Amino acid sequence: MTMTKKLLTSAVASALMVGAAQAEITDNTVKIGYLADMSGTYRDLAGPNGLAALEMAIKDFGGKVNGAKIEVVSADDRNSPDAASSTVRRWVENDNVDMVAGLVASSVSIAVSKILEENDKLGIVSGSAASSITNEHCTPNHIHYVYDTYPLANGTASAVVKEGGQSWYLLTADYAFGHALEGDVTRVVEENGGEVIGKVRHPFPTQDFSSFILQAQASGADVVGLANAGADTTNAINTASEFGVTQSGQTLAALLLFLTDVHALGAETAQGIQLTTGWYWDMNDETREWSDRFMEETGVRPTMVHAGIYSSTLQYLNAVAATGSDNAQAVREQMMDTPINDMFAKNGRIREDGRMVHDMYLAEVKTPAESSSDWDLYKILRTIPADQAYRPLSESKCDLVNN
Amino acid sequence: MNQPIKSTDIHQSILDDQKSQDRRKMMINGVLLLVLLAAPLAIYPVFLMKILCFSLFAVAFNLLFGFTGLLSFGHAAFLAAGGYTTGYLLSNYSGLGTEMGIIAGTLVATGLGLAFALLSIRRQGIYFAMVTLALAQLVFFFFVQSEFTGGEDGMHGIPRGELFGLVSLEDNLNMYYFVLAVFIACYLLVQRVVGSPFGQVLKAIKQNEPRAVSLGYNVDRYKILAFVLSAALAGLAGSMKSVVFQLASLNDAHWHMSGEVILMTLVGGMGTLLGPVVGATFVVNVEYQLSQGPLRDWVDPILGAIFVLTVLAFRSGIVGEIQKFMRRNLS
Repeated sequence: MTMTKKLLTSAVASALMVGAAQAEITDNTVKIGYLADMSGTYRDLAGPNGLAALEMAIKDFGGKVNGAKIEVVSADDRNSPDAASSTVRRWVENDNVDMVAGLVASSVSIAVSKILEENDKLGIVSGSAASSITNEHCTPNHIHYVYDTYPLANGTASAVVKEGGQSWYLLTADYAFGHALEGDVTRVVEENGGEVIGKVRHPFPTQDFSSFILQAQASGADVVGLANAGADTTNAINTASEFGVTQSGQTLAALLLFLTDVHALGAETAQGIQLTTGWYWDMNDETREWSDRFMEETGVRPTMVHAGIYSSTLQYLNAVAATGSDNAQAVREQMMDTPINDMFAKNGRIREDGRMVHDMYLAEVKTPAESSSDWDLYKILRTIPADQAYRPLSESKCDLVNN
Repeated sequence: MNQPIKSTDIHQSILDDQKSQDRRKMMINGVLLLVLLAAPLAIYPVFLMKILCFSLFAVAFNLLFGFTGLLSFGHAAFLAAGGYTTGYLLSNYSGLGTEMGIIAGTLVATGLGLAFALLSIRRQGIYFAMVTLALAQLVFFFFVQSEFTGGEDGMHGIPRGELFGLVSLEDNLNMYYFVLAVFIACYLLVQRVVGSPFGQVLKAIKQNEPRAVSLGYNVDRYKILAFVLSAALAGLAGSMKSVVFQLASLNDAHWHMSGEVILMTLVGGMGTLLGPVVGATFVVNVEYQLSQGPLRDWVDPILGAIFVLTVLAFRSGIVGEIQKFMRRNLS
C-alpha cells in the first residue's frame, strides 16, 4: 500500500516536473543576441546605438526575468547573409541564444529567420524594410516590428495625393526592390485619383543624379517620388536641392528615409521632403522623455529603429515573464495576445504572419527657419491608421495565414 | 687539394635534397590532414566549412594569379555563378542529388570562365584586370536584375539534400567531411597541375612571357586553360558554399569579393600552394573575431592596414615568409 502510494506520488511528481520543464527558462538564462550592421552603410540607423537601446530595455525591465538572468551577446553582420548565418547558427546551436534582435539588411533578416525556424528560436526584425519578410518569407519564428515597404509606399503615396499632389514623376532604382516600390506607388496614386505622368529608372547604385532630376523637373509633375533607398535617396535629395526642386514648387516624396539620413543632409538640403515614418522622437512627452534618456547614453536622437528595438525587447521580456518560459512558440503567442501600448506604439498588435501593425505617420522635413535645433527635423502632417498602413492579411502570401 | 667533383655526386646530392624536402612536405601535409579530420571536435563545423570554401576559392584564384601571373579582378562572378546555379537547381528540382547540383554549378562557372578568358586574355597587366572587372560587373548586374536570384534579398532555403541519395547532408558533420573531401581533391589537383609540365609552362609565362613565346609555346592557349581551370574551381567553391549556408546572395557577386580573395592570397603568400589556404583561414578568422568583439567598428580599416602592411613589408605573405625563414636558418 505504502509502496504503491510512494510510486504514485513519485509518478505524479515526475509528471509535474516534466510539465514544469516545458514551461521553463532553459538553463535559467534568457540570452539575447543582437545582430546588426555595426560598421557599414546601415550603422547609423541601428548599429551600436541599437545595442544601447536594447540594454536600456533590459535595465528598465530590472535586469532579471522571473529570477533568471538576462545576457546579451552581439555581433556585426557586415551586411552579409553568410557572416550573419554562421554567427546565428553558432549562437543558437552552441551558445543557447533564445532571441535574436536587431536585424537590418533584408537579405540578412531572411537568412537568419530560416535558421531560427530550423532551431525553433525567436527573431525580432527591427531594421529591415522588405515587406516580403512577413509575406512570402514568413516563418512562425520571427516578428517584423517597426515598418516595411508596404506602408512606405502606401502611406506616403496616398497621403501625398490627399494633400493635393495629383501628378507624379517617379525616380526608380533599377532592381527588384525599386520595381516593387514603383509598382506599389503607381497603384496607390491611381487608386486615389492621382496620375503618374512619367518615370525614369536609374542604375543601382548611382552617384550622379543630375540628368534624372532635370528630367523630373522638366516633367512639371506636382510630386517627384523617390522609389529608391539608402545612398541613392540621399544622393538624389542632394542633387534635387542643388537644382532647387522643392523651392520651385514641386514636392519631393522619399519612400525610405531615416532620421539619421535627414540629420546628415541637414534641414537646408532636405527641407520640404515628405516621408513616412513609424515613430518620431518629438511626438509627445512620452517619446521625448525616452529620447532624452537615449541621447544621454549615446549622444544622438533615436531613429524609429532604435525605439523599436527598445520597445520590442521590453515586449519580449514581458512575454517571457508572463509565460515563465523562453520557448519561442509560447513567447510569440503571448506577444501576439498582448496589445502594444508604450512610447513606441499605441494599440499595436502582432498578426499571425508576424507583422506588428501600428499607426504610421506622414512627416515633412522642416525648413531651417522652423527647425529650432539640429534634431528638430520633422513635422507630423497626418497619422496613417494601422489598418490602412499595412498589407491586409487578405492579400498575404504567407503560409501561416488561412486564406 | 683540388678534388675533382663528379657530376654524379652533384646529381645525387640534389636528389637527396629533393627527397628530404618531399619528406618534409609529406609530413606537413599529413599533420594538416589529421588536424582537419579532428577539427570539428573542437571548432564549430559550419565555421570550418566556411574556411574551407574560401580556401578553395583562394586556391583557385592563386592558380591564376600566383602561378600564371594573371591578376583577375572578376573572380566573384564565378563564385556567384556556381552558387546561384546550384541553389536554383536544388531549390526547384527536388529529384536532383546534391552532387549533381554542385557539378552543374561548377560547369556553368567553367563556361563563364571560358567566355571571360576568350575576351580578356587579349590584354595584359592592368588592362586585363580591368576587363575582368568590367565583365564581372556585367554578371553582377545580371544577378541584380534576374528574378530567380531574389535580387537584393538573395536566394534562401536551399535544401542540402543527400549525397548520392544515401548520406544526409543536413547533419553538419556529414556536410563537413564531404566539403573536406572535395577540398582535398581540388588541392591535390592544383598541386598536380602546378608540378606538371603544363604548370612549368605557366610559371615560365609568369616569369618571362616573351621568352615562353620565343620557345614556341602558344601562350594564349595556356593562359585560357589556366583561367578556365581557375574559374571552374572558384565555381565549385561557390556551389559548395551555397549548399553549406543554404543561401546565395549578391555579396558573392560583388567586386568586394574579388578584392577579398586577392587579400587572402596576398596575406597567405601568393605562388605557394598552402598560402591561399592559410590566408583564407586568417582573413575569415580575423573578420569573425573582430565582428564579435569591441573592435567591430574597425573591421575594414584593420583588414586594410593588414593588406598595406603585407604589401609593404611581407611581400611573400605568411607562408612565403616562413619558407624564406626556414631556408635561411634551417638548411
